[in-house]
Amino acid sequence: MDLELMINSFPKLLSAAAITLKLLSVSLIIGLFIGLFFAILRLNKNIFINKFAYGYSYVFRGTPLLVQIFIIYFGLGQIEYLRSTVLWVILKEPYWCAIIAFALNTGAYTSEILRSAFQTIKPGIVEAGKSLGISNKVVFYKIQIPIAIRQSLPAYGNEIILMMKGTSLASTVTIMDLTGVAKYIISTTFKPIEVFIVAGGIYLFMTFIIHNVIKFLEKKYSFN
Amino acid sequence: MELLAFGDTGWGDELFYATLMTIAVSITAMLIGFLFALIFTPLKLSQNKLLNFIANSYTTIIRGVPELLVIYLFFFGGTGAVMFVASIFGYNEYIEINAFITGAFAIGIISGAYSTEVFRGAIQSIDKGQFEAANVLGLNKFGKFFKIILPQTLRLAIPNLSNVWQITLKDTSLISVTGLVEIMRQSYVAAGSTRDPLFFYSFAAVLYLLLTFVSMKLINRLEVKYSRGY
Repeated sequence: MDLELMINSFPKLLSAAAITLKLLSVSLIIGLFIGLFFAILRLNKNIFINKFAYGYSYVFRGTPLLVQIFIIYFGLGQIEYLRSTVLWVILKEPYWCAIIAFALNTGAYTSEILRSAFQTIKPGIVEAGKSLGISNKVVFYKIQIPIAIRQSLPAYGNEIILMMKGTSLASTVTIMDLTGVAKYIISTTFKPIEVFIVAGGIYLFMTFIIHNVIKFLEKKYSFN
Repeated sequence: MELLAFGDTGWGDELFYATLMTIAVSITAMLIGFLFALIFTPLKLSQNKLLNFIANSYTTIIRGVPELLVIYLFFFGGTGAVMFVASIFGYNEYIEINAFITGAFAIGIISGAYSTEVFRGAIQSIDKGQFEAANVLGLNKFGKFFKIILPQTLRLAIPNLSNVWQITLKDTSLISVTGLVEIMRQSYVAAGSTRDPLFFYSFAAVLYLLLTFVSMKLINRLEVKYSRGY
């Protein structure tokens, strides 16, 4: 055990963890909107809209995140037309490519979580709202969405943790996040176990925090 | 389309063998995972606090740390560990471990943590009366487990195990960082030499979709088989 290396690499890994958290929070926020949008499309009665939303979530859940990042980072740059548009400002940056891939990926899982949450809401609750003379829009925003959020909290908590692990793939497109820095230190010092303990410890600590925040929210928003 | 031709002119045959490699690694990793689940599920269910702690540490660490980091640990650390063990037996030459074995083992350990949780949940949700009834029938330990508990556990576990299989299959794409020529690595090579990454990575996505689609169909059949009588 090389304790000195562990102590020396700790601050480097900790500042890299900040990048991991930044990647995670930005992609989760964008992903939540994408997820909500597609969950609403999934509940639409129109078969084409419905199938389109299903296809989106099927493709993004059925392929590895690594493929998605590579298609966006290496693949899209190949289209000449894209290079001449404003979009290129975003797409030439590995940081934004990673965020786009993460957001689309977590959006697919989130849409499934929200869809099943909406579907488990008892029709009686919606009917009760309507019989009180509340408009459809208000029923949706004030009754259905809060219940759906509560229903989907446990599954969404898991998704946040999965996504945090997913951000490690950003290191494959040259971003120096926690895993990227850990790999760099491992390949220069050839001390994989020490670095794994420190980096893994930081990841576990973040998992622990997320887990407890979700638990707290679940308690706060529980029905009893 | 000529990019996918078989033979020297295209990448069809290379990608075909790479797909077989992905399937082989996934199945090996899944089986290694079952082996780990076989060891750690009883530990999780045991009354002994120490054994419980060991099993909980395993599942918590593996499920809380990114897969890629675990793969780097095995990729960079595997050779050192094997050489250390070999040096105890007096063998000091350089040993290179096969990328297939390292990769399958790393993914297997990850898959094992998920399988352990699935089996634990399935066994715990079996009605206590079933255990008691098996005792009353005078079955011995093996009979009780193989005839009464295991079939019911499988029925409850298969839907969740199919999720574990999907995760394992997708995780094998990460082994490409160690140089094992599976779908992702082959696409990387093909994209590099033809300068057509969009086509090859999209094709890789199609291959993965095909694999998940076909395996879901097969697992659904298993599910039907094990829910006979329900």
